[in-house]
Amino acid sequence: MTGMRRFLASGWLSAYAFVYVVFLYLPVIFLPIFSLNSAATPKFPLSGFTLKWYQDLPRTPALLDAAWNSLVVGVSVSILSTVLGILAARSITRYRYPGRRAINGLIMAPLVLPEIIVAISMLLVILQLGLSLSLLTIVLGHVLICVPYSMTVLTAGFEGFDRSLEEASADLGESALGTFRRVTLPMVAPAIVSSLLVCFTISLDEFIIAFFLTGTEATLPIYIWGQLRFASKLPGVLALGTLLLAASFLLMTIAEILRRRAARRTQNEGGLHA
Amino acid sequence: MTAAAEGPPTLGIIRARRNALLLSEPVQGLALISPTFLYALVLLVLPILVVVAHSFWTQNYLTIDRTFTLENYRAALTEPIYRDLLWRSLYISMMVSFFTVVLAYPIAYFISFHGGRHKSLWLFLITIPFWTSYLLRVMSWKVILGYNGVLNSSLLGLGIIDEPSTALLYNSSAVIITLTHAWAAFAILPIFVSLEKIDRTLIEAAKDLGDGPIRSFLRVTLPLSAPGVISAALIVMIPTVGDYVTPKLVGGKDGVMIANAIQAQFGKASNWPLGAALSVTTMLIVTLMAGATVVIIRTAQRLVR
Repeated sequence: MTGMRRFLASGWLSAYAFVYVVFLYLPVIFLPIFSLNSAATPKFPLSGFTLKWYQDLPRTPALLDAAWNSLVVGVSVSILSTVLGILAARSITRYRYPGRRAINGLIMAPLVLPEIIVAISMLLVILQLGLSLSLLTIVLGHVLICVPYSMTVLTAGFEGFDRSLEEASADLGESALGTFRRVTLPMVAPAIVSSLLVCFTISLDEFIIAFFLTGTEATLPIYIWGQLRFASKLPGVLALGTLLLAASFLLMTIAEILRRRAARRTQNEGGLHA
Repeated sequence: MTAAAEGPPTLGIIRARRNALLLSEPVQGLALISPTFLYALVLLVLPILVVVAHSFWTQNYLTIDRTFTLENYRAALTEPIYRDLLWRSLYISMMVSFFTVVLAYPIAYFISFHGGRHKSLWLFLITIPFWTSYLLRVMSWKVILGYNGVLNSSLLGLGIIDEPSTALLYNSSAVIITLTHAWAAFAILPIFVSLEKIDRTLIEAAKDLGDGPIRSFLRVTLPLSAPGVISAALIVMIPTVGDYVTPKLVGGKDGVMIANAIQAQFGKASNWPLGAALSVTTMLIVTLMAGATVVIIRTAQRLVR
């Protein structure tokens, strides 16, 4: 009786979970569908298969510039945020000191602040200082919002890491830096790569901060935003959006696989010696 | 330090002490975190203080008059346009956080209690759409809800409606739907974490003592997962109140939110102090609302027990 009831309950839940996943994915799936549709307006029934919207993309110089800018910003952001993330995550997981939680809270704060607040406050300071807006100012803003994500990925990688391995290395005469390079780094390498990918993806997709802090140069989301004003440009935007979706999806899948490998590695090897 | 090494022996002791201090755990930890900490201080705390300062100043054509005034706050709180936008933003963010939490809870419960070996796969499946561009997800809702959009053209094709409905897009409901979809994954994670922390023997105990599945859920599982519900509600409520893209793309005239007004002050209207005061007011009110939410959920948690 209870077993039956339990099965029914989990049956309802499974059905709900299925519907929920469809709700999550459905809107996103319309982008690729209509990017392959020959009609200029996205509506049913579909009028025919075409690749012309994709073929037009490489012939748009403004788009290529935006893609290049996004790449430059994304790579800079992922490296800077991951370096700052490594330092902070290492400090948080390895050391105990007063104010640790408060500092951690401050570093994580951009995660829960409205992005527009972060964007306009940075904009005010930059304009006040008389600095000019450029790709550099976008990088500065993106690093601020990427560090919390990098921290989350890296703290998970650093935690569960057996400290006795490092102590053994120090006892055997390795310097602090040498221990970090030869013992710690190889263990947390997957988490670091995962952090790089996560930060790159966030920067690639981020719009608000880039929109406020950009000068004359556009990143891909800013380019898309500009194109949205013209109804006739919609199919091209859908094609570009599909490519961006695919890139994000691919990068995040790799990041997830690496993150899991990192978790397994620290658990197995760390646990063995504990 | 090398200079000290050549000094008399007493200096050697001092140096040893100083080294001990330098290498002590708190100092090392603080030194390691300082670059990241300073970055957040200079690029987040300092700018926010500058915004707060601006909110008490006045825009004087191209210059800023730095005499203290509360005029911007008077405008932000009493002028009908800003007051309405503030209320609407708070209403929308409250609705969105309510719907995301209510819709997310069963999923988090399902993954935690029935996920079995596939827990992390489920979590991955659910968070993946969240990592795709927010701008693109909002755009896809515009494609769905538009006059010539997916929903209208499907309903027309099926013969359910005779002409496209204009009621779908460009209003606050469209904003609420889009934001609820956009923030779904964010609400699931904290609830899932708090459900995972629940000691399963407590639920067994409740059942052994005669509570049915619904009663044991209401009296044990739900109250114990309240921390997750609280953080899910806040993590959605606070950022959505300042959303700019969704109201701009799918909100139309009736779905404009406070962020659009703030942007206008820093853009076309070029009244930085008013924009700053609107930002500070929004943050203060959403903080109050978040506090109220915490109190309400905690009270409810005590009452059911």
